[in-house]
Amino acid sequence: MKATKEKILSMYKQMFLIRNYEDKIYFMFLEGIMPGTIHQCQGQEACAVGMLFDLSKDDYMTSTHRPAGHCLAKGVSLDSMMAEMFAKSTGCCKGKGGAMHTGDISVGALPAIAITAGGMPVAVGVGLSCKMRKTDNVVVCFLGDGASNEGAFHESMNAASIWNLPVIFVCENNLYGASTHITQVIKIENIADRAAGYGMPGEVVDGNDVLKVNDAATRAIVRARNGEGPTFLELKTYRRRGHSRNDSCGYRDKGEEKEWLEKDPLTICKNYILKNNLGTVEEIDSLEKEVLKSIEAAVEYAKSSPSPAPEEALNNVFY
Amino acid sequence: MAKLSIAEALREAIREEMRLNERVFCLGEDIDVDGGFGGAFTVTLGLSKEFGHERILDTPISEIMIAGAAVGAAMTGMVPIADVQYGDFLFCMMDQLANNAAKMTYMSGGAIKVPMVMRAPVGATTRGAQHAQSLEGFFTHIPGLKIICPSTAYDAKGLLKTAIRDNNPVVVFEHKLLYGSKGNRAEKSALSPVGEVPDEEYLIPFGKGVVRREGRDITIVANLLMVYRSLEAAEILENEGISVEIIDPRTLVPFDYDLVIESIKKTSRLIIVEEDTRTNGWGAEIAAQIAEIGFYYLDAPIVRVASYDVPIPFAPVMENFVVPSAARIADAAKKLMKS
Repeated sequence: MKATKEKILSMYKQMFLIRNYEDKIYFMFLEGIMPGTIHQCQGQEACAVGMLFDLSKDDYMTSTHRPAGHCLAKGVSLDSMMAEMFAKSTGCCKGKGGAMHTGDISVGALPAIAITAGGMPVAVGVGLSCKMRKTDNVVVCFLGDGASNEGAFHESMNAASIWNLPVIFVCENNLYGASTHITQVIKIENIADRAAGYGMPGEVVDGNDVLKVNDAATRAIVRARNGEGPTFLELKTYRRRGHSRNDSCGYRDKGEEKEWLEKDPLTICKNYILKNNLGTVEEIDSLEKEVLKSIEAAVEYAKSSPSPAPEEALNNVFY
Repeated sequence: MAKLSIAEALREAIREEMRLNERVFCLGEDIDVDGGFGGAFTVTLGLSKEFGHERILDTPISEIMIAGAAVGAAMTGMVPIADVQYGDFLFCMMDQLANNAAKMTYMSGGAIKVPMVMRAPVGATTRGAQHAQSLEGFFTHIPGLKIICPSTAYDAKGLLKTAIRDNNPVVVFEHKLLYGSKGNRAEKSALSPVGEVPDEEYLIPFGKGVVRREGRDITIVANLLMVYRSLEAAEILENEGISVEIIDPRTLVPFDYDLVIESIKKTSRLIIVEEDTRTNGWGAEIAAQIAEIGFYYLDAPIVRVASYDVPIPFAPVMENFVVPSAARIADAAKKLMKS
């Protein structure tokens, strides 16, 4: 698939934003100025951007404990996400969600669900709702490789399939469930093979190539919008950092690490742009600078935002 | 004014709300398969004739998915009424109810509403340990869920309609021996109270209990089947000169403490009767609250009559021993009067 100049530059910009947002948070976390814990998605930017780039805010997304890339790509505002990381009242969840529950329903991003596979049944319900309300909206449901071993996975895949729901299950297979390698817990090479057991198309995709992801996304979205039912996409990818804070990845094979770190989704995208004359080094530099500036501005916004009053904890238990 | 069983009253509540709001729908296992049961206790029987199988949605046996789908649909504009065949199966869906349904509004800083209803039959009915539990206590412990337990047809209809219109997840506990299910779904030894239900529309607000029987000496707070067992005990006690006031709180979250306080101001004695097991049941919380806010109105310790802390046994003689009977409630009352 050929992308237009405008689209590929825009996708690169989003990926660059996600990478640098996460890197910035990583350093601020180490500096100790940010509360909580972090599960970062460096290395998986092409999955988020490729899947979500063509959706509207009326389409939905469910995310996981590693939601930053998904949320930024779905259109949650950078300022409100950063403020949430700083536990401020201007955060996208008013300081009540935190890193693992970021989201903004006004752009179709449900609060991220940080229980493994816990978002899958919810995505079935969102798909059911889109169908019953007679919209042509779709829901992209992100999950990890580990989620495919949960009972909720089975129940959700089956239900989405029998009811032909507009759900796109996107398994970001980054080879590890926390520290456990996929080969220890799954007997088959491709998780996408499991889709056949539900009568659902399953496809393996290079998750580090944003255009390949976007191509698969386009087909799945068309299928869902046309009422033809769900699709399961397995995006093969890798996280460039640990599972969560203070994880130096001692469980990873150095050869495997080297091989995957060389397949950097940002580099792949940038090389594609330059090779196909879709942008110049100067153009890329300029948009990178713009992104870095926006991240600094978001940090300032977050730092200068007020903390919620402690008693605010007592509100919003009920709607 | 019609005379309805609780199953019929619940069905009428669903029917009325589905007519009023096209976003309301039901989902669950065997809820209205053609030629089937209409749910384990006939509540949804025949509704698909009027509303079709899209809005009376029979699901696979997938409790996690049923609860999660209800959450997802509720968050995005629908009003699901999910059904579980036996309350015990709520444990299968616990993650979706406790981690998603109850927390989405809060985690989103109040941006998201989750207007879903989760219906669950409870109560021991000689089916053994896994189709018998009274689980209200578990769910009262989760902030973000409302918990209701109608014990009459009038309450069943009025409370369920309120639940369907509530913007929060509401768990409805219904008692198997009170439904009045008919045909091959009828329960042996069921009480099946039939009650008057007005023809005109009405709603019952949450957090408003009712006095089922007025009395002077002892206040009994009881829900579901235990309301009836307590009424039976009150008859026994009256013959012995002990006058019992019985309060049915109708909803456990929110709970009508004011009504209990008003009653103990008069009786100065409190017994809580629940079918839930004793340790950390909902009755324990009521006892603690009343001890905090109503201690000086009491002349005697607060007493709980509950199921013993064992799984529900099969043998009817053992089941009847474990679950509070009218005689056990009466004995507790007599003992309390002597203390």
